[in-house]
Amino acid sequence: MLKYCLKKVGQLAIVMLLISFFSFAIIDLAPGDISSMYLTEDMTEEEKQIVIEKLGLDKSMGEQYLSWAAEALQGNFGVSLSYKTPVMPMLLKRLPSTILLMGTSLVVSLVLSIPLGLIAGYKKNTWIDNAISGFAYIGMSIPSFYFGMLLIILFTAKLHILPSSGMHTVGVDTPLDTFIHMIMPVLTMALGTMASKIRYVRANTIGQLSEEYVLAAKAKGTTPAEILRKHVLKNTLLPIITIIGMNLASLVCGSFIIESVFGWPGVGSFAMEAIGKRDYPVIMAYVMLSGFILVVGNFVADILYSFADPRIKRGIDVANGK
Amino acid sequence: MENKIVIHENSFQRMEKKPKELGTVYHRSLWKDIVNEIKSNPVAVFAVIFLIIIIIAALLAPLSPYDPNKLDLANKFAAPSSEHFFGCDAYGRDYFTRALYGGRVSLLVGFCAMLVTVFIGTTIGIFSGYIGGKLDMLLMRFTDIFLALPSMLLMIVLNTILKPGMVTLILVLSLFSWASVARITRAETMSLKERDFVIASKNLGAGSVLIAVKHILPNILGPVIVAASLGVASAILTESSLSFLGLGISIPHASWGSMLQEAQTYILDKPLLAVYPGLLILLTVLSFNILGDVLRSALEPKIVK
Amino acid sequence: MSTLVNVKNLSVSYFTYAGEVQSVRGISFDIEKGKTTALVGESGCGKSVTSKSLLGLIEKPGVIKEGSQIFYEGKNILEFKDKEWFAFRGKECSMIFQDALVSLNPTMMVGKQIMENLQNHNDAHLSQSEIQKRAQEMLDLVGIPDSHACMNKYPHELSGGMRQRVMIATALITNPKLLIADEPTTALDVTIQAQILELMKQLQKKLGMAIIMITHDLGVVADIADEIVVMYAGKIVERGSNEEIFYNPRHPYTWALMNSVPRLDLDNKQELVTIEGSIPDMINPPKSCAFCSRCPYAMNICAEYEPETVDLGNGHQVACWLTDPRADITGVPFHTGGGKHE
Repeated sequence: MLKYCLKKVGQLAIVMLLISFFSFAIIDLAPGDISSMYLTEDMTEEEKQIVIEKLGLDKSMGEQYLSWAAEALQGNFGVSLSYKTPVMPMLLKRLPSTILLMGTSLVVSLVLSIPLGLIAGYKKNTWIDNAISGFAYIGMSIPSFYFGMLLIILFTAKLHILPSSGMHTVGVDTPLDTFIHMIMPVLTMALGTMASKIRYVRANTIGQLSEEYVLAAKAKGTTPAEILRKHVLKNTLLPIITIIGMNLASLVCGSFIIESVFGWPGVGSFAMEAIGKRDYPVIMAYVMLSGFILVVGNFVADILYSFADPRIKRGIDVANGK
Repeated sequence: MENKIVIHENSFQRMEKKPKELGTVYHRSLWKDIVNEIKSNPVAVFAVIFLIIIIIAALLAPLSPYDPNKLDLANKFAAPSSEHFFGCDAYGRDYFTRALYGGRVSLLVGFCAMLVTVFIGTTIGIFSGYIGGKLDMLLMRFTDIFLALPSMLLMIVLNTILKPGMVTLILVLSLFSWASVARITRAETMSLKERDFVIASKNLGAGSVLIAVKHILPNILGPVIVAASLGVASAILTESSLSFLGLGISIPHASWGSMLQEAQTYILDKPLLAVYPGLLILLTVLSFNILGDVLRSALEPKIVK
Repeated sequence: MSTLVNVKNLSVSYFTYAGEVQSVRGISFDIEKGKTTALVGESGCGKSVTSKSLLGLIEKPGVIKEGSQIFYEGKNILEFKDKEWFAFRGKECSMIFQDALVSLNPTMMVGKQIMENLQNHNDAHLSQSEIQKRAQEMLDLVGIPDSHACMNKYPHELSGGMRQRVMIATALITNPKLLIADEPTTALDVTIQAQILELMKQLQKKLGMAIIMITHDLGVVADIADEIVVMYAGKIVERGSNEEIFYNPRHPYTWALMNSVPRLDLDNKQELVTIEGSIPDMINPPKSCAFCSRCPYAMNICAEYEPETVDLGNGHQVACWLTDPRADITGVPFHTGGGKHE
């Protein structure tokens, strides 16, 4: 088990390294000179030279990357070009609201998609299944920002019952107010990740129901409801853990887009702004942060899954010669 | 027994055994399978009809009497009418015409990205699977890394830095989607490689490339077609997201995604401007997704019907 | 001897895209209390479908056709409501399956799966710990060493023979009157096969349940079955007592099945006989004798009309034109004729 974890940590580190190198290289190759943002006309040549040296721009890309990576490992992602303040504190300040949004969406999408998927699978090829599967199809085909816009059109422009943007009404700071602001972004984000989960749970339920052990349980006089609860549910939901790990990707990227649509003051909209301003240190920090959330999420999911399923746990131990 | 038994004189004579007839031969053609599967599914029929209409409409866009990019402030925000089906946008441009031209861009990006994706993915997949050994190990580690990368994030970064445009968009989209195609084709190739007909032609002296192109490629066509259909869907979807963020097709040219970006400004006053292009994206992507799933059930080996 | 189950004119069809597959076509037989009845035939002959019908486990697209009746202690179980089925399955009649590995839930501990059956039928209101005790006793009874440890194991941690024992323990914990065993030994090694069969015989002596043994292998049933029912293409072609079938087989198919059993008492040089051809298309089953295309003794009439079932006495019944006095029996290696035509 330990060996397995170590192997996974190794993979994790390699992916992070690649992400960082990749984005660093892109930024380095980007048109436009970073130093121009620091240099002003009234500087002397000597002053300019000092700034360039301070930024490390006179070194090769490899050297720049190494010094950046050394700093990044200590949590120092440099200074924002547009705000002239360190990047990390700014990101961390906005992180809680993004996590609030992502976490709530994840919970909502799980709570809705698992029962829907189970029902659809159990009632395979009935109108209930068709309705749920149709819903899932639309969920996976609709651009999330478009769904968000539709919600705004309906609830803000037509019905005037929900605010279209922000996290608080100005001057109000109550949980209820935040809750009201969260409804639309959460729904939008949840819909996108629900589709894949519903389809997955449905397919899995159908697969499990056709297993021989279900027939054996029936032969014991177990009722269909009990079969679903006692036997199918666990075997269907085990892989969901992995799916949640994968969902993190769409949540992280989703937050990027959805925060922009709803003006949510989180990390995503901050990064969006940074992209507009070509604020490279912020972009790098954001990429690293999101990449980290993703990779660690997948890692945790893998480990949890191997603990939850007795077969895999044993398989790993056997593979490691225990 | 209800039916009366009629006994004739040689009823009880030993039957003469006829030589065994050959069993029925089932012709299984890819194309026929697809057509049959689509025909038997009304939703799939709608999806195909919609796709045909949308593709023809996008191709015929130049027949529209309006110039998609010509400003006409007199018609600013004109309501939908018999002259302007979808009305006009903030610059008085005919929205229907713009949607058709936007469709050209979205579909073109979707198809091209899919073609490049499938080309890269299949090539890598076949060679990795066919040649095997160290090369396979190397290529698959490479593929794994690409699968693990947060693609949307890096696409956004890439598009920020690179000069926006259609070619950039297509290349970026393909760069982050070939890996799963490579996985599928590799797995298929690995199983085909051991089949008798491949081994036979190898023994007859056929070269690797010849075998890959002549024997393996046609036999992995099924999964590749499925991946292609789903690939168009996801490429159009991703393109719309990128363009919506202002990182794809740039003004004044339009794709459905960038039309939505413009429409967002006026969303509280002129919601219809946002509804049309979004609906077109939704229906197109939905149709490709449905088509992909139908193709999957038509082409992949059936377990139980 | 009293009858436990009385199957009358059972027909089961599966409605598929290709058409109606007539898996079972009007079969009738009885099962005596405490006796073992073997359903024998090659795969696809309808023996498993028959056993599933007994437990009401035929599911869409399968349909038990009008006119079929299965009486269990005088009640027609095909008229059961869902609730009656739940009470019946596992309590009155249990089933064990061919492959214990896939028939046990992979992520549930073995003990829990055994207990589940008794929990479903806990008429005596046993406490949880009493049920657990019973489950462990059952494991002892089926000969599992260290039954206590076994309770907390997962199926994949047991050997094939042990898993099959667990299945038997599960099935018998409620003390059912009927045990259906669907190819219980097919997936096992020959030595384990013998052990499991011996175990079933012992348990039957101890617990007194009737057994329906489903198999394609006549060798398996020789030792254990009291009654043998030979099925072919959804019909019963021959049935009779163990002795009648083994010493006096009348149907060419039974004969062929017997020849395909590997035997230790014969010269090794003798080749194992296979039955040529394959079972007929069950979507359009022939109106004539279904076996005639593969029968080495087929006569012209066999391809035209279906033979009636003939009673040869001692409960030995056979459906074959060779029993007709006019039949050409030259070269037929077994005794034919002598049946009373109805």
